Amino acid sequence: MQLSGAQALIKSLEQEGVEVIFGLPGGAILPVYDPIIDSTIRHILVRHEQGAGHMAEGYALATGRPGVAMVTSGPGATNIVTPIANAHMDSTPLVVITGQVATAAIGTDAFQECDITGITMGITKHNFLVQSAQEIPRAVAAAFHLATTGRPGPVLIDVPKDITQSMMDWWYPSSIEELDLPGYQPEVKLNMEAVAAAVALINASERPVLYVGGGALKSKADKELLVFAERTKMPVVTTLMARGAFPDSHEQHLGMPGMHGMYPAVTAIQKADLLISLGARFDDRVTGKVSAFAPSAKVIHVDIDRAEFNKVRASEVVIQSNVAAAVAALDAARATPENLDVWWKEIRTWQERFPLAYDEPAAEGPLRPQAVIEAILASAAPGTIVSSGVGQHQMWASQYWKFEQPGTWVNSGGAGTMGFGVPAAIGAKVGRPDRTVWCIDGDGCFQMTAQELVTARAEGIPIKVAILNNAYLGMVRQWQEMFYEERYSEVYLNADLPDYVLWAESMGCVGLRARTPDEMRDAIKKANEINDVPVVIDFRTDSSEKVFPMVAAGASNDDIMVHPSLRREA
Amino acid sequence: MAPEPYLGPETHSPVRHHILSVLVENKAGVLARVAGLFARRGFNIYSLAVAPAELHERFSRITIVVDAESAPLEQILGQLYKLVNVVDISDLSPSDAVERELLLATIPTNVDSRTGLLDVIGEANAAIVDVDAHHVTVMLAGTPNGCDAFEKALESYDDVELHRTGRVALPRLGTSPQTH
Repeated sequence: MQLSGAQALIKSLEQEGVEVIFGLPGGAILPVYDPIIDSTIRHILVRHEQGAGHMAEGYALATGRPGVAMVTSGPGATNIVTPIANAHMDSTPLVVITGQVATAAIGTDAFQECDITGITMGITKHNFLVQSAQEIPRAVAAAFHLATTGRPGPVLIDVPKDITQSMMDWWYPSSIEELDLPGYQPEVKLNMEAVAAAVALINASERPVLYVGGGALKSKADKELLVFAERTKMPVVTTLMARGAFPDSHEQHLGMPGMHGMYPAVTAIQKADLLISLGARFDDRVTGKVSAFAPSAKVIHVDIDRAEFNKVRASEVVIQSNVAAAVAALDAARATPENLDVWWKEIRTWQERFPLAYDEPAAEGPLRPQAVIEAILASAAPGTIVSSGVGQHQMWASQYWKFEQPGTWVNSGGAGTMGFGVPAAIGAKVGRPDRTVWCIDGDGCFQMTAQELVTARAEGIPIKVAILNNAYLGMVRQWQEMFYEERYSEVYLNADLPDYVLWAESMGCVGLRARTPDEMRDAIKKANEINDVPVVIDFRTDSSEKVFPMVAAGASNDDIMVHPSLRREA
Repeated sequence: MAPEPYLGPETHSPVRHHILSVLVENKAGVLARVAGLFARRGFNIYSLAVAPAELHERFSRITIVVDAESAPLEQILGQLYKLVNVVDISDLSPSDAVERELLLATIPTNVDSRTGLLDVIGEANAAIVDVDAHHVTVMLAGTPNGCDAFEKALESYDDVELHRTGRVALPRLGTSPQTH
């Protein structure tokens, strides 16, 4: 069967089971947009290419399947660089297809030419510049294989226009051997000696902590983790990237560690004699000052990526494996710490003394952002998916939401990409139309990518957006208040400019505003009743509210600051 | 006028250098991927040589001399291993390796200086590969230390144009390199 390169590209995506492409056409990718009309694949037309990338990420995080985005060359390609970098930091499986100028024009500074494979070399797991139409199926199959196996990540396929316009004899790789990836071996045989050494460390430990990272979600290890944790009675912390890997309601769960982590989670790590790191990478937002991090703990480091071992923190035992297989092996070997009663007694005193805390809002407002999140949570169906941007609202969302299952937290972790929330929520809703999807956003983040609500309305994707509008770039404001003597530099945004309600309505969404606790409850109730169009609620929150607990940048986690109300009691 | 030759640091053999013999797919951009990785991770490269591998046209061999002080070798290997086009890495410590490199130098000469220069060339076991009335081009294929010594000996001549290839290496017979 003879197909054009463009037809072969779309047919290859169909072969990979792709159900949706997030994209925006342009000159160099134009040939590929023609066969989309005849394809079973849904195409979602975004308003900015960055939106396409974050939607693909949201789709991947909510479903566990790779997200697919397609854009044109030049500025189309550079506009999607931020989502690619974001996906690379968070090991999110993405396949990004970029149009490229015709082969003969490459290197001539042609119209809308840019070296996107060069630009993305350091922020993709791999990328391809396709050399012939006949090679398109191999490139697509290899891209999906690379994006989804081993440590997942973004893969970019750059396709010159003449190649999508030329003819090929249809074929599709039927085996991994045909992918021509002689250096890529993602499957690692579990080292049973390392497992035995880990078991010995666990058996000898008195103050162990299961330090669960994003790799637990990537390898779908939640069931193995629950079984292992419950049998061994070890305390569990879940990093920002692992929220949902272990139920927040579970009595062994101490919450999130790190700069804005829960006091018991942070302190248990500091006092631990053994850290069992499961797909976590000792990020600086978790460790604080590395030399003071978990000073008396031995470390068992489980990761699929060997480059993570001893990168930040030296380990006593390393196990190169996906988290699910390693946890299953540790459980099968009956790793069991002795008696953890003393350890748990200590942890319970921290939990009692230092819970999350905020001051009750006044009846006339302004709202407390934490209370807004708790109110949304109180009326949310089980399995509700939450996305966020980056900043204070993100930390409050992670702290106050109760994540009970995988795929319910859609968030930008490593890269810290403001504006991630709205498009990521759209992608999540496309992947899980059965679920309610809330984007808990900040006013600063919302302004970066809000135009994608036009996409959401046009494509019938009814997400709900809660803007915690404190009129500031809140996290920067918090740092300026605490560490720059309240010298506020370039952080004021104005709560009334833009008018978020009018803006939402101009984009075909329902716009609501809440200034008081009563209005807050009414707005949430109304939003929950609307299921056909996107809803945006402008919650007016107290701009002086700060995220606690907090460990200052570069400080030891021993110097964690809790909410002032708890300090007074102490 | 020939540019001032770059004489480099005191020695071309850092205290804790390691020799990585990296087998890569012979595809466009592979060298950029390897070099880019070293640049963005802050790993220092002392020298780098690339040539088609013995096995097959599909592969090339990159011999990289890395400064194992700039980053732990484990980190360098782990990150290199993640490059999809990297097929195999073997890591040689200097004591387990036979290392050689090639040096070419063009030295201006005149009747007065020629005899002395010929002595320097002879002592280094270098070979004259090109001559005109005012210049001699010499070649030395030797150990990195031998090349260092010869380069130092040429320092007393003005306007020397000098190029070194960077080293290539193979395991010393009777040793087995670490394969990763």
